[in-house]
Amino acid sequence: MTDLAPEQGTEAARRRPRRWHIFVFLAPAVVVYTAVMILPLFETLRQSFFNTVEGEKVFVGFANFATLFGDPRWAADFWNALRNNFIFFLIHMAVQNPIGVALAALLSLPGLKFGAFYRTAFFLPTLLSFVIVGFIWKLILSPIWGVAPWLMDLVGLKSAFGPWLGKPGSALIAVSLVSVWQFIGIPMMLIYAALLNIPEEVIEAAEIDGIVGWGQFFKIKLPLVLPAIGIISILTFVGNFNAFDLVYTMQGALAGPDKATDILGTFLYRTFFGFQLQLGDPSMGATIATMMFLIILTGVCIYLFGIQRRIRRYQF
Amino acid sequence: MYRTTLQGILLASSILAGVGAAAAADVTLNIESWRNDDLQIWQEKIIPAFEAKHPGIKVTFSPSAPTEYNAALNAKLDAGSAGDLVACRPFDTSLELFNKGKLEDLTALEGMKNFSDVAKAAWSTDDGKKTFCVPMASVIHGFIYNKDAFAKAGVEVPKTVDQFFAVLDKIKAEGSYIPMAMGTKDMWEAATMGYQNIGPTYWKGEEGRKALIAGAQKLTDDPWVEPYRVLAKWKPYLGDGFEAQTYPDSQNLFTLGRAAIYPAGSWEISLFNTAGLKLGAFPPPVVKDGDTCYISDHNDIGMGLNAASKNKDQAKVFLEWVASPEFASIYANALPGFFSLNSTAVEMSDPLAKEFVSWREKCKPTIRSTYQILSRGTPNLENETWTESANVINGTDTPEAAAKKLQAGLDSWYKPAK
Repeated sequence: MTDLAPEQGTEAARRRPRRWHIFVFLAPAVVVYTAVMILPLFETLRQSFFNTVEGEKVFVGFANFATLFGDPRWAADFWNALRNNFIFFLIHMAVQNPIGVALAALLSLPGLKFGAFYRTAFFLPTLLSFVIVGFIWKLILSPIWGVAPWLMDLVGLKSAFGPWLGKPGSALIAVSLVSVWQFIGIPMMLIYAALLNIPEEVIEAAEIDGIVGWGQFFKIKLPLVLPAIGIISILTFVGNFNAFDLVYTMQGALAGPDKATDILGTFLYRTFFGFQLQLGDPSMGATIATMMFLIILTGVCIYLFGIQRRIRRYQF
Repeated sequence: MYRTTLQGILLASSILAGVGAAAAADVTLNIESWRNDDLQIWQEKIIPAFEAKHPGIKVTFSPSAPTEYNAALNAKLDAGSAGDLVACRPFDTSLELFNKGKLEDLTALEGMKNFSDVAKAAWSTDDGKKTFCVPMASVIHGFIYNKDAFAKAGVEVPKTVDQFFAVLDKIKAEGSYIPMAMGTKDMWEAATMGYQNIGPTYWKGEEGRKALIAGAQKLTDDPWVEPYRVLAKWKPYLGDGFEAQTYPDSQNLFTLGRAAIYPAGSWEISLFNTAGLKLGAFPPPVVKDGDTCYISDHNDIGMGLNAASKNKDQAKVFLEWVASPEFASIYANALPGFFSLNSTAVEMSDPLAKEFVSWREKCKPTIRSTYQILSRGTPNLENETWTESANVINGTDTPEAAAKKLQAGLDSWYKPAK
């Protein structure tokens, strides 16, 4: 095993003539990406420095940010959304990823029967539209028509059932768990692929050394799939802080009850597009979008510079 | 409801395809609306009636979901892809569109003389000089009840608040019906069917509403807190798990005959009529017998002209027709519960709708307190009212705390003219 070699050949490239075809082949992707991603991103960032004053769009510097953090109501809404978003993320990290790893480990067991069936079954919810997932779970958990109260009644747990989606204390957890249910397939598949990549020789060597079962998983397999777990964590982070759809379908744009499920995405939607009698406010919306961008950027940077570089990669 | 909508959409798409192929020479007017429940009625009754009289003008009705309508319409108007005619929400949402030049000034429209100033108020500038949407209908709040449930519990229609709670107690004690079908999950039920329904009795309708706008009263004053105190008492009479009960859940509970009383808006009438139940209605109960009753008779829907429309002349022809008594009669009868704002009285055949509209004679009408002017700023008073009304019923906030929050939010941006 060796660490990945640093990039080589920069010296050689300098001496060769300029290879124009590279730019030609890159151009379509760069143009499309710039048009649909980079320009809107910069436009959003730019818009967060403008606001409408007496009917005219004027540059206001950081005034929008000052409002967002200085005005007690805006600040309360923002911090509430951010806190909920962190809870949303932590539940994913604590539930989705460990279960995903565990499922992958079980699936990769050699003598497993119906492996392909389980794999498909676990992955299926990920393929469903969030609208379907949202409505199905809203129905399952409905205290009036839902199957959840009925099923819990069958095992004598009726008293433990509650209108979870309607209670400020439990709504966010319930929505997070539905999201976990939906996306569990992604960590499972990535880890599963990583586990399959571990060569037989390494496992055999471990077995010869007497490391089997749980010990083998924790001492041999887990360290080898750590980079994949790192990737999953950052994907979860980005996905969760961009999340909006599931909360919107299950709890509506006001993200009730009492804003208990309001995350940055729903807060942005309400502000930017308006809701019911509330008119859209593109400037403040762009300000929130900019904050979301910065939060995600910070998270990704911490991961890239703090964690990714320390993870040891093994090459066989 | 969903199934009919779906059928309607399928029908619409097939009709659309047919129209596109056959009648290229005709002008086609597109109507934007949030009333997707009405698709069938527009296609089967209203549009054919218009097209029969006006050859050469075709009309299509293309609604979107109510909660998405405002955002979708704004985006479409900005992008220039909105229909020629747009259904107008009352007050500021439409006023803002007019001020931005997205809606045409319709003050000069011949048919406008068919409407009173009160009817036009929801779609006029603050000084009342310019009107930009043709008023179509208003909705009235009240309570719809299941007559069988009342007979079984041996109760009469309540007139006062005390009688109202006595009725609820008896139905609860009798046990075969959920006393009241309402949930707090969607929040607007609590605000619109709860607070705005019973509230006018306490704040004395227009008197209180105008005083609030003028700054003479505050939401923390007794007339505005008392409805919350009453609302908080509703909690024990709602169904199991009402915290997670959505608006369609409430409708279903009632139409399946499992609930006795439904805090309603008159727009429910046509849906409830299909359930085959024996239904009656009563206005919001008063505090003491003999008090003046107040009802929320809220201007709900109008129709405006997209300023960027390419077919303005034809659209105006359609709007003139919308302003005519003929349209009023078709609309009010096709959609019992949407009461015409036309000055010409409309004869209606639906008994439940007649009951609702009869309250106009004995009770003083008002509109929802949060709609005019007071929802202009951030935080938005209407949206806050949704959240707080649900909180009060759930017990998350006391009535006093809720009122305090609302007033603080309003104070942060609203400075009444002194």
